[in-house]
Amino acid sequence: MTVPAAIRKISDTVWEIPTSYKEGMRVPARIYATEELLNGMDEGVFDQITNVATLPGLVKAAYCMPDAHWGYGFPIGGVAPIDARTGVISPGGIGFDVNCGMRLVLTNLTYDEVKPYLRQLVDRLFERVPAGVGGTGFVKISQDEFRHMVEQGSRWCIKHGYGWQEDLERTEEEGCISGADAAKISNKSVERGYKQIGTLGSGNHYLEIQVARPENVFDRELANGFGITIPNQVVIMFHCGSRGFGHQVATDYLQAFLKVMESKYHIKILDRELACAPFQSREGQDYFAAMKCAINLSFANRQVILHRIREAFSDVFRRSAEDLGMHMVYDVAHNTAKLERYEIDGQIRELLVHRKGATRAFGPGMEGVPEAYQALGQPVIIGGSMETGSYLLAGVKTGIETFFSTAHGSGRTMSRTKAKKQYHGKTLQEEMARRGIYVRTVSYSGLAEEAGGAYKNVDQVIEATERAGISRRVVRFVPIGNVKG
Amino acid sequence: MPYKYLDDIAIADVAFEAWGTTLEELFTAAAEATMNLMVADLATIASREKRKIELEDESLDLLLFNLLQELIFYKDAERLLLRMEKVQLKQIDGVFRLEAEACGEEIDPSKHQLGVDVKAITLHRFQVKKTPEGWQADVIVDV
Repeated sequence: MTVPAAIRKISDTVWEIPTSYKEGMRVPARIYATEELLNGMDEGVFDQITNVATLPGLVKAAYCMPDAHWGYGFPIGGVAPIDARTGVISPGGIGFDVNCGMRLVLTNLTYDEVKPYLRQLVDRLFERVPAGVGGTGFVKISQDEFRHMVEQGSRWCIKHGYGWQEDLERTEEEGCISGADAAKISNKSVERGYKQIGTLGSGNHYLEIQVARPENVFDRELANGFGITIPNQVVIMFHCGSRGFGHQVATDYLQAFLKVMESKYHIKILDRELACAPFQSREGQDYFAAMKCAINLSFANRQVILHRIREAFSDVFRRSAEDLGMHMVYDVAHNTAKLERYEIDGQIRELLVHRKGATRAFGPGMEGVPEAYQALGQPVIIGGSMETGSYLLAGVKTGIETFFSTAHGSGRTMSRTKAKKQYHGKTLQEEMARRGIYVRTVSYSGLAEEAGGAYKNVDQVIEATERAGISRRVVRFVPIGNVKG
Repeated sequence: MPYKYLDDIAIADVAFEAWGTTLEELFTAAAEATMNLMVADLATIASREKRKIELEDESLDLLLFNLLQELIFYKDAERLLLRMEKVQLKQIDGVFRLEAEACGEEIDPSKHQLGVDVKAITLHRFQVKKTPEGWQADVIVDV
């Protein structure tokens, strides 16, 4: 039993660890989970979220989503709303893979239409979208041009022919967050990233072909609004981030913050990975502007990948991507810190909401939700394990309780080291093929690490988010083809 | 192998312990543990390219942190898989100085059996400590 004895039940899906639990906690820690999911959480979650609760400027609580698991610094599935005037910014609350996120793309094809071409499609995608260690992209640009790209995000891609204008409207921040400043990034970060545009990376990153079976449509009206209109409609979902560039930006500032945190700003933390600086300090603002470059690069990376996916489908079906109805549903990140305004005790305050492995889930009518989805709420894309399934959710009004944040995936329950001992990549690939899921990978050990059994039950996680009133189920997708990093 | 990957720590990432009777051995072992996540058999990395690494830091553990980050940098920036050769560590006026040569070659999926890509070295529980036998490092890697 790893759940702390001090935990208090607030409701069937909300649990609270009080500030008396650990010295230095400024706010309680709130965990959103069913009792079963709570009991399944590893000890790291409770230790880490109560460490997070010591950060200066936190408002109300430090939050854990139902898919929470042991991370570094923050737990994965951690949310920290921090006052932008008095609080801090922490790279550990965002993650090294800045703006790592999900993109969901429609087709007007059904499973029966895709099935005969499945192997060909996956093979073509595997060829066109490099994955794994050392993957380099097809977009060849200079380091100077890369610096423009990171300030412009997806807009750079559209200008250079990698996508459609409408893609921007269907991307969080319209694919370009304002305030990105390439003067704040290191040469090292540029050198690491400028050849990797259009690559997936590895670990839990993937590109999947999925099917929306009629029995898995939970809310017909919302599904229609998001473009899921045909029985057994085929969609494409992919998960990746800001690659070596984003990782280096985070590493650079983690080191910079360590040097000034205590000596200059007298901030004490319980874990060096929570290194932080006052948001209003020079160091804090520099990181914010550099981190925004990584946000934009991540949007651009997914935009370029979308372009390649459209090309691959178009080649295989000998029809244009427009004709195949390959519109984006949405692109949303789960590793960010963003400024948002909330009413706290009758006052409007600006908060820097850190989401580490948690997805923003704005409700209907909110600013920042695309025009087309204003009445529906923001689409939330949840990547499950490659064997089980993934979800499309919608943000809801009651999400304000978690500062409009919800889960981001199914959440691991088994370490990678253990999964590799338990599963064998090649055997797993064959088993999945027998179940109708065709997988290509550059790393069989990497495939074994991502076995479905290493993850929580995604259905339980998503059900918990709905019961807790932080997002609503729309469609569950089942995988049929997968390119694995 | 003077290192071990741990089963039940930081389940989304990878945790390892590395050992050495001297600091030089420890730094070499931690570098091998980091590279071994990305390449299944380190013996398949031929010594074709050499990179000189010079680092300094007031703290020993951050010096190791910086060394491991350098290896990740070369993996992305030049697609190089590197192993440590000739590691020298000195302490001068309270500052630790590392001079090393790292040797290896460019990633070749047909030759190197690739594992998981390392994004970064984290500072969560990161430490270098003295043990009765020598030195130990605890490292959690973001993958």
